[in-house]
Amino acid sequence: MTEDQVKQIVIEIINEIAPDEDTKGLKDELALREQMDLDSMDFLDIVMELRKQHGIEVPEADYPELASLKSCADYLTPKFNAK
Amino acid sequence: MAAPLQQSHHETVIIGAGMAGMAAGIRLALAGRDVLILERHNASGGLNSFYSIAGRKYDVGLHAMTNYVPKGTKGTPLTKLLRQLRIPYDALDLCPQLGSRIAFNDCNLKFSNDFALLESEVAANFPKQIDGFRSLTEEIREMNPFQLKSGHSSARGAVQRHIKDSLLEDMLFCPVMYYGSAEEHDMDFGQFAIMFRSLFFEGFARPFDGVRVIIRLLQDQYRSLGGQRKMKCGVQSIHSEKGRATSLTLDDGTTLTADSIISTAGSVETARLCNDQTKDVQAENIGQLSFTETITAFEKQPQELGWEDTIIFFNTRKRFHYARVPSGVEVDPTSGVICLPNNYHYGTDRQLNEGLLRVTALANYEDWCALDENDYRSQKEHWYASLMDVALAQLPSLPKGEQFHEHIVAKDMFTPRTVHKFTGHLNGAIYGASQKQKDGRTHLENLFLAGTDQGFLGITGAMLSGISIANRYLI
Repeated sequence: MTEDQVKQIVIEIINEIAPDEDTKGLKDELALREQMDLDSMDFLDIVMELRKQHGIEVPEADYPELASLKSCADYLTPKFNAK
Repeated sequence: MAAPLQQSHHETVIIGAGMAGMAAGIRLALAGRDVLILERHNASGGLNSFYSIAGRKYDVGLHAMTNYVPKGTKGTPLTKLLRQLRIPYDALDLCPQLGSRIAFNDCNLKFSNDFALLESEVAANFPKQIDGFRSLTEEIREMNPFQLKSGHSSARGAVQRHIKDSLLEDMLFCPVMYYGSAEEHDMDFGQFAIMFRSLFFEGFARPFDGVRVIIRLLQDQYRSLGGQRKMKCGVQSIHSEKGRATSLTLDDGTTLTADSIISTAGSVETARLCNDQTKDVQAENIGQLSFTETITAFEKQPQELGWEDTIIFFNTRKRFHYARVPSGVEVDPTSGVICLPNNYHYGTDRQLNEGLLRVTALANYEDWCALDENDYRSQKEHWYASLMDVALAQLPSLPKGEQFHEHIVAKDMFTPRTVHKFTGHLNGAIYGASQKQKDGRTHLENLFLAGTDQGFLGITGAMLSGISIANRYLI
């Protein structure tokens, strides 16, 4: 799986848990929280969906790795590819 | 008779199918957990439910849903909770209020879902206090409404730092207390701030079909996610070993085991279910405040009678007195809440088919429980009539020749006894224990409290409570 595919997966999860947010044109390096109205409860849902839909576990200590699309891709791509 | 349960072990058992229990259940089901909700009553909703008599549907609890914000408003409790429950905003069918008022003897303050109205009313009626009012609202705006902070600080003290006129102080406390204070005379400032925001910065709305809309949405969402539920099945006791809850015995004698339990039964009520506690534990924390409410259906629209308020919070004493009603008095009719559920913006093509008038006042639990059936019925008649007089005195006078009583087609009334019967709240205390357990913890490490006694009040608060406790400890 490529980094772009992983980013797409994260965007699809955000569309699902926060349908009122616009995920078009999100910048890679910028924190997701700065581009959308997401809070810690929403990040919990991103983690929950990664586990449910893709069997990927993100321990609580690693939540900061999900800050931006780029950091999500860096952190999650190896996990997807290790499955 | 409900079907027997298929399994005797669950990851989480939730006690109570009220707003908090169902919201917690949805979160756990969303996370793919095996969750079971147990409810003693035959209907969901808990303190916010509904019933039918002779084909008429009545709401209990909900006058208005607080925390109303228009669709798309970011970062507010309502938006956050809908997102957490994955319920679309439009499904709630929220219709905003026409406008409400705080009515004290010589002073009225109108307010609506636009905060500017309240601010201008304060400026007009209390010109010397407007700067204090603005600095108070500024302080409240800066507080974080989502923090589960523990500790207690006096709201009276905090408000008095800004507002020096006791009439204005009392007028601000009246709606806030009536919509969510389990404490007499004063309340926690954090609690006050949450309520103040939800009533004045945000506002009131109601689904056209009332509270059942919200209950059905929660039930359907929970069920569609695979959550299990057993109605007419209360919990008799919770067993524990070495500081952990291990199993529950149900009313029908069945035993269930669970990895964790969320109880929405109330703080004292839950402690008393636990086998390692005595049956009189936490007596000092039983809520002292109960209420009575009349509901009247009439064959007119309130607006035809010149009644345009959505909700009126009234007080006729010199100082507003929010406290347990002394024994022997039964009801304190000197303050309360009047609600006209017709007075919401339902759109041009629909309106409730009859007028509805609800009047709420503080009432004494023991007094109402001590009455035998005949006296209970006659005291209900007596207080129904008194509360109607009180309400008519607060509402704009009727057009000449109009007699309200001639238009009445049905009436009903609940008392503290009814509240206890249907919710199990000790003392019929709608807002629960006076000491809240903000972190939801109990003496058992895997037994958590959600709902009224965790400290978020109202329908929105109850759902947020269920969500936060499920998120914090179990997801």
